[in-house]
Amino acid sequence: MLVVPVVFLLVMFVVPVAAVFRVGLETGPSQMLEVMGAGRTWQILGFTVLQAVLSTAATMLVALPAAFVLATFRFPGRGLIRALVLVPFVMPTVVVAAAFLALIGPTGALGVDLSGSVWGLVLAHMFLNIAVVIRVVGSVLATMDPRLEEAARVLGASRWTAWRRVTWPLLRPALRASALIVFLFCFTSFGVVQVLGAGQLRTLEVEIYRQTAYLLDLPAAAALSLLQLLAVVAMLAVVGNSGGARTGNAVDVARAPVGWRQRGGVAAVVVLTVVVVLAPLAIIVVRSLMIDGRLTTVGWQMLFSQGDSTNAVDPFSAVLASLRTAGGATLLAMLVGGMAAFGLAFRGRGGWLRSVDALMLLPLGTSAVTVGLGMLLAFGRPPLDLRNTGLLIVLAQALVAIPFVVRVLAPALSGFDRRYLDAAAVLGRSPVRALAGVAVPLLLPAVVVAAGFAFAVTIGEFGATVFLASPADPTLPVAISRLLARPGEVTVAAAYAASAVLMLITAAVVVGMDRVRLSRAVAF
Amino acid sequence: MLSMTAVEVSYDEPVLHGIDLEVGPGEIVCILGPSGGGKSTLLRAVAGLVDHTGSIAVAGRSLAGVPAHRRGVGMMFQDDLLFPHLDVASNVGFGLSRQDPQRVAQMLELVGLAGYEHRAVDTLSGGQAQRVALARALAPEPDVLLLDEPFGALDVVLKAQLVREVQQVLRDRGVTVLAVTHDRHEAFTMADRVAVLRAGELVQVATADELWNKPVDAYVARLVGLSVLDGVAYPPEELRITAQGRWALQVTGRTFLDGRYLVSGVVDGESVTFGSDARSLPAVGQTVHIDRVDPAG
Repeated sequence: MLVVPVVFLLVMFVVPVAAVFRVGLETGPSQMLEVMGAGRTWQILGFTVLQAVLSTAATMLVALPAAFVLATFRFPGRGLIRALVLVPFVMPTVVVAAAFLALIGPTGALGVDLSGSVWGLVLAHMFLNIAVVIRVVGSVLATMDPRLEEAARVLGASRWTAWRRVTWPLLRPALRASALIVFLFCFTSFGVVQVLGAGQLRTLEVEIYRQTAYLLDLPAAAALSLLQLLAVVAMLAVVGNSGGARTGNAVDVARAPVGWRQRGGVAAVVVLTVVVVLAPLAIIVVRSLMIDGRLTTVGWQMLFSQGDSTNAVDPFSAVLASLRTAGGATLLAMLVGGMAAFGLAFRGRGGWLRSVDALMLLPLGTSAVTVGLGMLLAFGRPPLDLRNTGLLIVLAQALVAIPFVVRVLAPALSGFDRRYLDAAAVLGRSPVRALAGVAVPLLLPAVVVAAGFAFAVTIGEFGATVFLASPADPTLPVAISRLLARPGEVTVAAAYAASAVLMLITAAVVVGMDRVRLSRAVAF
Repeated sequence: MLSMTAVEVSYDEPVLHGIDLEVGPGEIVCILGPSGGGKSTLLRAVAGLVDHTGSIAVAGRSLAGVPAHRRGVGMMFQDDLLFPHLDVASNVGFGLSRQDPQRVAQMLELVGLAGYEHRAVDTLSGGQAQRVALARALAPEPDVLLLDEPFGALDVVLKAQLVREVQQVLRDRGVTVLAVTHDRHEAFTMADRVAVLRAGELVQVATADELWNKPVDAYVARLVGLSVLDGVAYPPEELRITAQGRWALQVTGRTFLDGRYLVSGVVDGESVTFGSDARSLPAVGQTVHIDRVDPAG
């Protein structure tokens, strides 16, 4: 069962990445070393780390109070807020970048231009990643038995000592794990930096793209890819050792807030969270309908006017292309990821299975740009030229989605009590009917959530797709980035209209997931 | 109704060795033994959930090669294993070949849960869940019902009540039952006969009276609550404190149970329990001498 996913990952991930390095080495190993040793490279690496550190800190700062409130207190609308904070995470990076461009760009709604500054990146990354912290830390907080702290208190610990010696150690693994995941995402972030950086901000990921797409300097790109991959592998090694520990009981220990201080605190955090999540999404819709401060629909008209000669991008067919590739990629990711999850869940976790687990997660932390470039190099030229088949995008997007599928399905499968099948058998159900009547309905929510995640991730995928999308038939995120890069108020309005469409498709998927109990989703 | 001959089960090593056991129609037989003694494995073999050698027959029909779902054997599990995605009615009706709301209602009434049809199973208390599990197991009218520590997860008071209720239901319907427990009170309350299982072998199969009066060895004697002194088993009422008693006993505990005072203690490492009257009750930690008395005299 594990053979297929392992082979898939080797062929679709390792071969392309190897192709990048081979090209680099063929054209000149000395040149590669030169690039890696250049002061400019280390400057870029330094900035990449800096923005990731700042972004992670900002994310923790905003997300931790929200995680605490959502896990600790019961209040009206709590379920809605919990679902809402997940929305940014599944939003395509290009849409998020467009949203922050509208908020804090040159003509931003907030009146300050942070595009081209590191703070714009920090804000957008914070928005994208708060869900990671809220879910990972929240799941520990929500199951932390308050009696543990009480037990410490009656053993003579002060409030502060009880927190420091009991609560904090229990929480620390989750904090570290979530911070590292966020750091990794920010470290390899592409769409946000590309769109918000205004050409001035250079992270490794953006520089790899720039060297390849604009300067056609493959050895330089290969050197940077190698540098980035080394950094990521080093970090993954640390993440792999620090899972978020649950403190045991799955009981919801939330209680109602008491007194004006707790109620006020809950209200403040809830309002702030709603604003942080909804404002960037709302501004997209607003900007799609505004030109020079006037309400107009020309942006939307442009979006739906096909074959306009002034319009090199046809957003309408981009929607179709997106749905087509994301659908195919989701299907593929579910197949391959499902097999991996099944294999991992039902054969223990010892020995080499751990490395399979890590292997499945690798695409999550790796440069999408490197994967895209690698696929182009490995499968985009004779003897195997898949460039014009559309197959490459599907493969690349599936690769990006597989970690999410595995992360959702594996715990659901291993948590499934197989004695339910025994119970069904002694009640007269044949094995097939027991599976259909018991296993399928019990596992369906996880399957739907996994597919939803996979679809949201694939339809918004930008880093790999931007290399692989054919110029004539781009996906929505690629089309949006092109529209944003072109001058003209109408084009920009059309870009926001396209962003709104992509946002709505993604939001619809999240709402669909929510209907099958989003709370069962075990992300990361 | 249920007959087992030379049943053996091996996982990595043998778990059950040559089990021979007959359960008559309408009889309730309880397998008593310590945890890890192979009790649950024996039930799983009868249900067809593990591979075994030897023969198992129900109502004269050999079950060799018959898969679990065609055996006509019902089973109740330790943790109810109600299907969480189905409501109470769908759980109870799960084993019926076609939908039969009337039968479901009838079964729920039988276990005292009439009107619970549309409750979600995660809203049930532990006792209610086990009663639904019983209704679910009985609904398809199995030839034999297997009970795998069905009251193991319940608190003492609820357990005492439920054991009696379940026994009543099973007796009224004349269900043939093979149950498993590590709790001798449960076994003696429910069973017509008790089968003592130790390390994968049946040591003694007998009524409670026989086990008390003629335990085959010291192990069975201790298991059924007798005190073994110098190789002889004594029930609590045959031992008394006397100044010239043969055995010196260090008192480890005292309790009042079912209308009499009981003292527990240790004689040369052997646990001993005997009755006492309130006035001569020794203190914990005290050493007293005990001897056999004739309860009749």
